[in-house]
Amino acid sequence: MAAEVGLRVQPVAALSDLEPRAGRGQAAWRAAWPRLAAVALLFAAWQAVVLSGWKPDYILPGPVAVLSRLGGEARTGVFYQALATTGLRAVGGFALALAAGSGVGLAVASSKTLRSAVGALLSGLQSMPSIAWFPLAILLFGLSEAAITFVVVLGAAPAIANGLISGLDHVPPLLLRYGRVAGARGFALYRHVALPAALPAFYAGLKQGWAFAWRSLLAGELLVTVGSRPSLGARLNFARELGDAEALMAGMLVVLLVGILVDALFGLGGRWIRRRWGLAE
Amino acid sequence: MSLAHPITVDGLSKAYGRGRDQVLALSGLSLQVAPGEFVCLVGASGSGKSTLLGLVAGLDQAMLGSLDTGGVRPALMFQEPALMPWLSARQNVELPLRLRGGPRSEAVRLLELVGLAGFADRLPHELSGGMRQRVALARALAQDADILLMDEPFAALDAITRDDLHDELERLWLRRRMTVLFVTHNAREAVRLAGRVLVLSSRPGRVAAEFPVDLPRPRRIENADLGALAARIGDTLRELVRDGG
Repeated sequence: MAAEVGLRVQPVAALSDLEPRAGRGQAAWRAAWPRLAAVALLFAAWQAVVLSGWKPDYILPGPVAVLSRLGGEARTGVFYQALATTGLRAVGGFALALAAGSGVGLAVASSKTLRSAVGALLSGLQSMPSIAWFPLAILLFGLSEAAITFVVVLGAAPAIANGLISGLDHVPPLLLRYGRVAGARGFALYRHVALPAALPAFYAGLKQGWAFAWRSLLAGELLVTVGSRPSLGARLNFARELGDAEALMAGMLVVLLVGILVDALFGLGGRWIRRRWGLAE
Repeated sequence: MSLAHPITVDGLSKAYGRGRDQVLALSGLSLQVAPGEFVCLVGASGSGKSTLLGLVAGLDQAMLGSLDTGGVRPALMFQEPALMPWLSARQNVELPLRLRGGPRSEAVRLLELVGLAGFADRLPHELSGGMRQRVALARALAQDADILLMDEPFAALDAITRDDLHDELERLWLRRRMTVLFVTHNAREAVRLAGRVLVLSSRPGRVAAEFPVDLPRPRRIENADLGALAARIGDTLRELVRDGG
């Protein structure tokens, strides 16, 4: 009887034994193939629309034509000048927005009066399409770099400020209590407890701020052409004026690729923060 | 080591809320903890135990009464470890050292002292609950405050880990003789650790009974005399709850 009900113990293989250990190449392939498949599908759909003859191909060129145009442009110096101009504007504008947004966020989070004064305004600014600032920016600064920077900063800073405010609002009270027990007051409490605790939310604000900055910048470059400086936005405009659909779509691909690249970089940083802060496995 | 500081609480009152919703948490509470004494405070929930520790630690303001810790800022341990999740075990212990300008090298020594020598570079979420509370203990010691306030620090741990930490705390206290005020709702834990157990009445809190504990150290939680005294304290607590105060 006892033998009948006795449990038969079987050695259980570790999970890592069940799944064959993948090499570095295999792991990379497993991460990459869904993306590659999505790109292939996108290009296939695009090609299908072109083949359907909905528009003549001088208005809607196919992916092969656009990609080979892009490859050709990537061998010219002016392409890199344009990329550099736009890149520098983005980095510069974002850096200014970072400074302004952090300053405002810190001030609003630490002052009740300021919060009731400008808290709602900040949220409103964040949802305001930054392109609505351009007419004013052009009036104030003319067709200049300053006009573009002005709008990029106004686009990105509210998101950054709101990220910092929400991070500081959600610092676990127990950590602040501990900080005070350990003798941290004022700035030390911010530096050692509140600011690091707020970092994940602040970082999310930075990522969102970047997206706003990038959008505002491209809108600005379409509207404000400074001298004859080549930029990604200006090239889109020229391509449209010249009716050069291949160049137009090649330019859009570049804008998309830059966006994907920066997003991937933000993703790397975000993963590191989540791991370090114990928010992810 | 020089003599630790005493804690003197005299007629302390504290209420929460305002107007008709006001709840009195402490009403004229007086107690004394001698330098280097280990006192446990037991009481049902709502007896103002945590309120008292918050006041002694200087986190909250009393409405009435006086409080003296001899000019030192006490260290305080919570029920949760309250470690900074982004700092390693060592960096967490270094934090109070940095804040008071002490030598950071002390952190490694303190982690060794609580049995975590090999875990200095782990992040809190990579440690078990017991280990985290050990880090919190090392961090409290790093404050070098010689008054240690403990707010049910082992309540969330399993029995085996808790026994372990009781041994650890007793060993540390025998070595350093800091003044300890330890809050718990577990009478057995109180007798296991304290030289004197104070029982708080609930709503509002004041000291209702006092039990000296003259058991030899190191103690074991399974000890029969310890169990008998804990049972007496438990009876007192239940009576207080039944009588509603």
